[in-house]
Amino acid sequence: MHAKLRFYFLVILIMGLGIGLILYKHFALGFPLLPDDKKPVWTIEAKIDFVAKGEPVTVSFALPPQTPNIVLIEEDFASPDYGFSELPSQTGRRAQWSKRSATGPQTAYYRARIYETDTITPSPSAADLPAEPEKPEFDEVLKTAATALLDQVRSKSSNTEIFTRELITTLNSSAPSQSQSLLLSEQSSEDYKTHLIINLLALEGISARIVRGLYLEDGRRRQSLTNFVEVYLGGQWRLFNQNSGVSGKPDDFLLWQRGDQSLLDVVGGKKSQISFSIIKNFQSTRNLVVRDSMNKQAGIIDFSIYSLPIEQQSAFKMILLLPIGALIVVIMRLLVGLRTSGTFMPILIALALIQTTLLTGIVIFLTVVGTGLLIRSYLSRLNLLFVARISAVIIVVIAIMAGISIISNKLGLDQAMTVTFFPMIILSWTIERMSVLWEEDGPREVFIQGGGSLLTAIIAYLFMTNRTIEYLSFNFPELMLVNLAFILILGQYTGYRLSELYRFHSLERRNVSDKR
Amino acid sequence: MFLTSAKKLRSLGIIGMNQRNFGLISRYNPRHLYPLVDDKLKTKILAQQAGITVPKLLGTVQYQHDVKLLKEILHPYDQFVIKPVKGSGGKGILVITEHDHNLYFKPSGDAIQLADIERHVSNILSGLHSLGGKPDTVMIESLIQLDPVFSNYSYEGIPDIRIIVFRGYPIMAMLRLTTHASDGKANLHQGAVGVGIDIGTGSALHAVQYGETVLHHPDTRKTFSELVIPHWDKLLQLAAACYEMTGLGYLGADLVLDRDQGPMIIELNARPGLSIQVANYAGLAPRVAVIEALKTVDLDPQIRAAFSKKQFSVDFSTNNHTPREQHTRSGDAGP
Repeated sequence: MHAKLRFYFLVILIMGLGIGLILYKHFALGFPLLPDDKKPVWTIEAKIDFVAKGEPVTVSFALPPQTPNIVLIEEDFASPDYGFSELPSQTGRRAQWSKRSATGPQTAYYRARIYETDTITPSPSAADLPAEPEKPEFDEVLKTAATALLDQVRSKSSNTEIFTRELITTLNSSAPSQSQSLLLSEQSSEDYKTHLIINLLALEGISARIVRGLYLEDGRRRQSLTNFVEVYLGGQWRLFNQNSGVSGKPDDFLLWQRGDQSLLDVVGGKKSQISFSIIKNFQSTRNLVVRDSMNKQAGIIDFSIYSLPIEQQSAFKMILLLPIGALIVVIMRLLVGLRTSGTFMPILIALALIQTTLLTGIVIFLTVVGTGLLIRSYLSRLNLLFVARISAVIIVVIAIMAGISIISNKLGLDQAMTVTFFPMIILSWTIERMSVLWEEDGPREVFIQGGGSLLTAIIAYLFMTNRTIEYLSFNFPELMLVNLAFILILGQYTGYRLSELYRFHSLERRNVSDKR
Repeated sequence: MFLTSAKKLRSLGIIGMNQRNFGLISRYNPRHLYPLVDDKLKTKILAQQAGITVPKLLGTVQYQHDVKLLKEILHPYDQFVIKPVKGSGGKGILVITEHDHNLYFKPSGDAIQLADIERHVSNILSGLHSLGGKPDTVMIESLIQLDPVFSNYSYEGIPDIRIIVFRGYPIMAMLRLTTHASDGKANLHQGAVGVGIDIGTGSALHAVQYGETVLHHPDTRKTFSELVIPHWDKLLQLAAACYEMTGLGYLGADLVLDRDQGPMIIELNARPGLSIQVANYAGLAPRVAVIEALKTVDLDPQIRAAFSKKQFSVDFSTNNHTPREQHTRSGDAGP
């Protein structure tokens, strides 16, 4: 009993480890569970135009921050004849183009390909604490208007969140009060509005900052960044739409810059302007995740099959399918009770079938084994010693395979040339074993075992060529542990096989008559 | 209905392959003891040491170049059996019942020549019939004489009695009768008839061929109802003694009745099949459970045989119908 308990503990441990790793890869690293899972990848191009004045030129441009939710696949910086460097600064990364002297219209490009992940991300670090808001300087008239407005809003709100929302909606209301119109006119720029909101919040003692971001929409050109207000609420930063007061980050919105630094600085140029264009396309999630994990050197990926050269990877793609075949064989033999010639011969046939495609493979297999049996029946009359006989069979098999290849080539049947994918030694053993079986137990047994092997091989083939199974076995090698646990459990199965329900079916009648 | 339900089989106590391999063979048969029964020569020597009667060994051939000595070895004998030492399931057995100059006659009456025998021996030596194709040895044994009690139940061959011995206790028995379909071999899946035998009395319970009930021998048309195996106590004791001989906890002993020498052992099997349950119309599981419940195994094979006889006898008084009746009723019942 104790041993049994230990066994089940081991099985649960193995299975738990396997499932745990799979879940970790799925939820933490973002590996999709289905092969066709695709993610939108955004290609964002920022075009910076300015007119150079014939002096040394320095262009400094804020780059989007690297947050855990956004993965930058690649970044391109292009501008002919300009020196380029990427500078980290306290407020975020900046790109810098520079040139000794330039005149006339100039253009610089920044292109990034990004995608959003829905992986579990750690909460933002505590270092991102707001500074104590500075009391803004308003002139006397504006200050009165501001105080009036704040009083009005305060009376309608119970906490900071509602206060912020109320402030923004009041400022944006279509029927402005007098104090409102004093603070904000129709002509005021977006930037002015943002700063006004931040200043008003500062008067109230609430920390807020400006956030610029880009709405991601496929095929958009000449876009500019949209301003948001980010307010420090209850220990974390919350985004507010400055036109509607709605809180939270909108979907498909890329945060480009936080804080009050300029987006673009051009020294030695004028009429600088920046426009964004956006293209969306879809890419396989799995490829994106593998590349990202490799870049981040996530331990589980760094020490995985992905770190191998491509050639070895594709070899493993095949090898990792073998456990699936083994599971099928175990099920067919222990649960169904199918008799096969050679325990794992069906897997090897299935592997060959993968290379040759199903129908061609079966025809080739039957041809080779059939011809082999004919020739082997002659060999058995020659009184050969065992090793010599099996060696002779190997040569016969090779000759048959060469024959099939040549004849099919002459007939223009390219498919049949895949005969070389069949394992020769295994085929020879199959022929030898079936031939002995034929002599001892008659053709019936040969057909039972041969048919059993072929049936098992076909079922294994169907499973091993299933796209989802192929994908899962390669991308989640941890599945092998789950598979192992299943096989261990099946190894303890002592119930009846399906074939035994037939084998002993005549016993049932007695039982029925007994009960009458 | 071609399939029965697992529940029904379990209620009958039928043991399946998985259960046999897991619960009986791997638990009670230590691997290192297998060679004792897989090698018939070793079994024979063991049996002789234990004082158990076995067919007389006339000679052995171990090497290919000794095949030409066959003529010398076979010369004095009219009747003999050629067997692979490591064969299983009756494979590669050649029976010669008559010898006339250069011609040797099989039980079917077919005549073969010395060269044919030499080729057969050579095939055995190169491992054609052995487990895993390993090189083998040939043994030549004296022919068993058909006991007259079986003369009406056998076609061109010698019937044998398979007794399953579990921890030294005979728990189930079956008589295997050769038929025309089985080509004179006592092998059930080749078409021999399996007759379940009552451990208590040695009388026939029920017979099957190809898994289906038969009431009489397909070739001799003789009904099985009057069949009672003589020397039954002796046969049970011999089978029980195989436990001490080999140490195997779950084994199948194949015995025969020789007209002149009485009961003898011809072969032991460490992986006996499960068809015996069909022939007996009963499962092994309840009987295994009875023996497993025993705290100690009695050291005397005779006492063990007596225990089994009492324990596993089909008691008609409690069952209140005879096997004959069961057959007719099952015939009425239909599927």
